[in-house]
Amino acid sequence: MHRYLIRRFLITIPTLVGISIVLFTVLAMAPGDPFEELALNPNIPAEVRLNLRQQFGLDDPIPVRYIRWFSSMLRGDWGYSFVSRVDVDRLILQRLPTTLFVLGTAYGLALLIALPVGVMSAVRPYSLFDQIATTFAFVGYSLPTFFTGLLFILLFSLYLDWLPFIYSTTIEASGMRWVVEHLKQAAMPIAVLGLFEAASLTRFVRASMLDVIHQDFVTTARAKGLTERRTILWHVLRNALIPVVTIVALQLPGIFTGAVITEQIFRVPGIGSLLITAIQSTDTPVVMAITFVYAMLVVVFNLVADVIYGLLDPRITYT
Amino acid sequence: MGTEHNVALVDYTPTSPAKVFEAYPPRTLWSDVWRRYCRHRLAMAGTVVIVLLSVATLLGPMVYPVPIDDIDFAVKLTGPSLTHPFGTDDLGQDLLARILYGGRISMAVGLAAMLIAIVLGMVIGALAGFFGGVLDSVLMRLTDLFLSLPQLPLLLLVVFLFRDRVRLAFGPELGIFILIVCVIGGLRWMQPARLVRASFLALKEKEFVEAARCVGVPSAWLIIRHILPNALSPVIVAATLGVGSAILAESSISFLGLGFPPDMPTWGRILSDARDYLDLAPHWALFPGLMIFLAVISINYIGDGLRDALDPRKIL
Repeated sequence: MHRYLIRRFLITIPTLVGISIVLFTVLAMAPGDPFEELALNPNIPAEVRLNLRQQFGLDDPIPVRYIRWFSSMLRGDWGYSFVSRVDVDRLILQRLPTTLFVLGTAYGLALLIALPVGVMSAVRPYSLFDQIATTFAFVGYSLPTFFTGLLFILLFSLYLDWLPFIYSTTIEASGMRWVVEHLKQAAMPIAVLGLFEAASLTRFVRASMLDVIHQDFVTTARAKGLTERRTILWHVLRNALIPVVTIVALQLPGIFTGAVITEQIFRVPGIGSLLITAIQSTDTPVVMAITFVYAMLVVVFNLVADVIYGLLDPRITYT
Repeated sequence: MGTEHNVALVDYTPTSPAKVFEAYPPRTLWSDVWRRYCRHRLAMAGTVVIVLLSVATLLGPMVYPVPIDDIDFAVKLTGPSLTHPFGTDDLGQDLLARILYGGRISMAVGLAAMLIAIVLGMVIGALAGFFGGVLDSVLMRLTDLFLSLPQLPLLLLVVFLFRDRVRLAFGPELGIFILIVCVIGGLRWMQPARLVRASFLALKEKEFVEAARCVGVPSAWLIIRHILPNALSPVIVAATLGVGSAILAESSISFLGLGFPPDMPTWGRILSDARDYLDLAPHWALFPGLMIFLAVISINYIGDGLRDALDPRKIL
């Protein structure tokens, strides 16, 4: 087990290096100059711009720039935003809590919906409840979040006027009212993301339950006189959850990138909207750092999925 | 079906064997698939919707010859009416015309991006699965690397960074189309590649491949003629679902304002423009959103039906 873990961990290093090379090359090959604005400003002489380029090392060959970037990244120096003139890591840390709050709650909501619905669908397959649930799951999975987001704004903000549709970080209230206001503005982004994730998770839970429910040990459990409830929850669900946990771990990084769209619709000041503004203003260090963080999430959660799978299922042996 | 066979036996006379073949055309693999597919009601419904959408977007502009960029401020932001069935946008441009035109681009992007992804995936998967060894491990590491790339951010990044350069090279419309199609396709070949490789690994050990090899069939012909057709079923399903996800990807980047320019109104782009006028003109957002939803859900149901129909173990 330990040897497997160490080897599995070592594989992630070349993957991360590979990803960083791809990302860096894409950015380095691209046209566009972060100091373009300075070129248009008549008050700034061209030498100043060229000196700035030289100071930031933008004229060096790509491999040199890559090695410099990668080694400073390892030292924890993530660079300096060209646009907001702040260190990139500070900028990201500023935005991170909002994103984590929205994503965490949304995923919690998705699990709260998907687990009971998936289990109930699988217990009575092709019943009315199952048919309604699978249809909803299919529809929810085919509805893009940018459309559901707009529909939610239309319904809850414009027609019913219940919820604000712009996320504000500076709420002027304290105590309970602050909490309520915060929940009210976060309700729609959380619901949009949560329902979308719930739809695909329900399908997984149902399929995985159906795989287990017909196996012999379930019949044995019933035959020895366990109640149906205990059979389903204790014997079937526990086994059915093994692949579901893996799926959850594999999906989590995708949710981070999917949240880019939701953050953009509701103007949530999180990492996703930071990425979009950084791309639009060719703020290379910020773009590079955020995409690399996303890539690290994918690699780390792949590792987590592999490890959890082995921990949960004693039939898997690591060799 | 059993009864049909009984009837055939009764009718059968040794003097006219040809008659039997006339009455009962031979059942082929694809006719069986088609029969099973027809029983999947939602997949059939999806097929009808997709055919209708395709016909509407292809022939619609001929039947409904309203220009997509006819600016008329007198009727701006009006809801559906007889002259403008889907209403108008903030410049008074007709939305039905724009949606029909945009559907063409959105669906073309979906199809073309899927084709690139599938062809790339088949080539890489076939090479890795057939030849194995070093080539296999190199290609599979490459696949793993691509699977770890953050898709949406990279998509946005590449389209944004290279937009101007391809526009210069291929002209404004074709350039952005080629760029978006290539980037979406180039980030989606991994799943088909893995499916094809898995099938190849299983199939290349089979007796019929060995037999073909014994009679001297060269490797390339072995791959194309003997193994690939047997590995197609999962690829067809993946390809169908791939069209849907490519349409979604294109809509997403256009929605974020980094895809097609405003003068090329794809569904995602129209939706993005409608965002700021939700209170005044909800129809502007509803129609394109509904189109994306209809196209994607139909394609997903078609994929579902094909998965069932192509699985020979499944008896319907």
